[in-house]
Amino acid sequence: MKEIVLALAIGVLSASGTWLLLRPRTFQVIMGLSLLSYAVNIFIFSMGRLKTAAPPVTGTGAEDVAAYADPTPQALVLTAIVISFALTALFLVVLLASRGVTGSDHVDGREPQE
Amino acid sequence: MTDWHDHIVIGPIVLPMAMAAAMLLFDERRRVLKGVMSLVAMTAILAMALILLDESASGETARVYRLGDWAAPYGIVLVADRLSTLMVALTSVLGGCALVFALARWDRAGPRFHAIFLLLVMGVNGAFLTGDLFNLFVFFEIMLAASYGLVLHGSGEARIKAGLGYIAVNLTASLLFLIGVALIYGVTGTLNMADLVARIPAIPDADRGLFHAGAAILGVAFLVKCAMWPLGLWLPPTYAAASAPAAAVFAILSKVGVYVVMRLGLLLFGAGAGASAGFGGAWLLVGGLATIAFGTAGLLAARDLSRAAAYAVMVSSGTVLAILGSGHPDALAGAIFYMVGSTLACGALFLVGEILQRSQEADADTGRAVFDDEYHDPFDDEERNEPGLVIPAAVAAVAGAFLVCTLMVAGLPPLAGFVGKLAMMDALMQVGDTAAWWIIALLSLSSLGALIGLVRLGIRAIWATEGDRPPFVVGAAEFAGLGVLLAACVLLAIFGNAGVLYAQHTAEWLARPEAYANAVLAGDGR
Repeated sequence: MKEIVLALAIGVLSASGTWLLLRPRTFQVIMGLSLLSYAVNIFIFSMGRLKTAAPPVTGTGAEDVAAYADPTPQALVLTAIVISFALTALFLVVLLASRGVTGSDHVDGREPQE
Repeated sequence: MTDWHDHIVIGPIVLPMAMAAAMLLFDERRRVLKGVMSLVAMTAILAMALILLDESASGETARVYRLGDWAAPYGIVLVADRLSTLMVALTSVLGGCALVFALARWDRAGPRFHAIFLLLVMGVNGAFLTGDLFNLFVFFEIMLAASYGLVLHGSGEARIKAGLGYIAVNLTASLLFLIGVALIYGVTGTLNMADLVARIPAIPDADRGLFHAGAAILGVAFLVKCAMWPLGLWLPPTYAAASAPAAAVFAILSKVGVYVVMRLGLLLFGAGAGASAGFGGAWLLVGGLATIAFGTAGLLAARDLSRAAAYAVMVSSGTVLAILGSGHPDALAGAIFYMVGSTLACGALFLVGEILQRSQEADADTGRAVFDDEYHDPFDDEERNEPGLVIPAAVAAVAGAFLVCTLMVAGLPPLAGFVGKLAMMDALMQVGDTAAWWIIALLSLSSLGALIGLVRLGIRAIWATEGDRPPFVVGAAEFAGLGVLLAACVLLAIFGNAGVLYAQHTAEWLARPEAYANAVLAGDGR
């Protein structure tokens, strides 16, 4: 059950993200990028396999490794979140600069001809 | 790990980072200090890169640096082998020259140029030296974040519009990178490149498709970066809009993509990879050929030199990708040699193009500022108007520089571009299959196209004067940066024999992924 919920979440997020990314307004593009990065973050997390209430770090001695959650994807996803957050903020600044300089929020910097 | 000499491998990453951080402490107005700091950093990086290059030229294995002395695959490793040290040395030569060029004028066109520039160098060097996929991602992002800053350097409407598209494309490519990395980790359970070499033949058949999907998605992220057609349509407008020193150093950025495709392609899908051997080769071949064709058409159609140089970057990437896809080790040696020469030449072409265009456009100077408070500098106007040193016979010097660039990009004798193309074509003729003839035909056509396109632009810029055009004004620093870059091109031709031999050894080393794996995992490395 939890696999289906997770797969649906990733699918819906990435589908809406892709659609928004292809839209002509810069605000839609940045929303699309954010949604896509959420989808990717959940996807990375799920690559460590889904486990409920499993500790991430093993104790001392020989124990069954399969009973523990894989800590590597958790470390990876943390890095990915930080980086995508920072770069989205940077993109937002460029987006505002573009709006300020060109006077249009279209990705081409000018309104399309009717 | 106690000798200082052991730590040279990490120097090209740590030094620019430390210098960039230290530089942020000083006020923007202390330009001379910042210029000196970046020059010192770049000189030191060049020295370290040359020491590493000298070592890898004499040795048969890779040099492995274990961070915190944790053994791979659990620890993080940096691997300096023949290919990565060559690329680090190339970065430091090109970066150093672009920096010197920028000192004349461009570093004043916006805030914090030097810090961003050094961070870019750090990211590029890290991407070349790292031994695992996730650090590759981190260094890639550092490099991209710095390049977003540099592409906007100088501001102006054209740069902001180009930068918007550039950032959107690269953010999307980074997401693909993460998906690819996650899939590969999910299937193999490791991200260390050497460990992957050992694990790939053992992947169960049921999972192999998933692994290939991961590798392909990862590959798309890098092919976007190296501007393979049709993923590289973002490149020409962005590079043409960027300021000249930034564009010159961006020439190495697309080579980072080429480097990673080469490294991972040969490492993960070499002959020992079982059912995965040769995965993706046909795509690289076709994509590379299409990129050469597209780049040549663009070169012929370009109306100004910086756009022509951007298309030359695409042709150069496409050539290496096509050779890589054809899978002939001898031709690969030629391609590696060609890549070094063509990267230097494309960088130089951006710089020459800016000098020539400067005299054509009266107000080619910086556009409007985005952040007036940051941008404005009380000393700015006074300094901006300081005339560059007018070198006697500047026209002859600039035209000579343009000639060298044209010969290099078109691959005509007597310069190194010809040596590289000849080496590739010679190896391909000995193979003589259909793919080889396609590459030979397109390489010859692209030489012709580059020659026609660049000669036409050169005649228009240098000879066909319309009315009274102001004379070329070349700053002493600009001339020095450009001169060293062109001298490097000429030296590459003079020492062509040593260069081709090095490239051949590199291609032989790349054909033995198990040697790389042993160097990292079994401690065979230095």
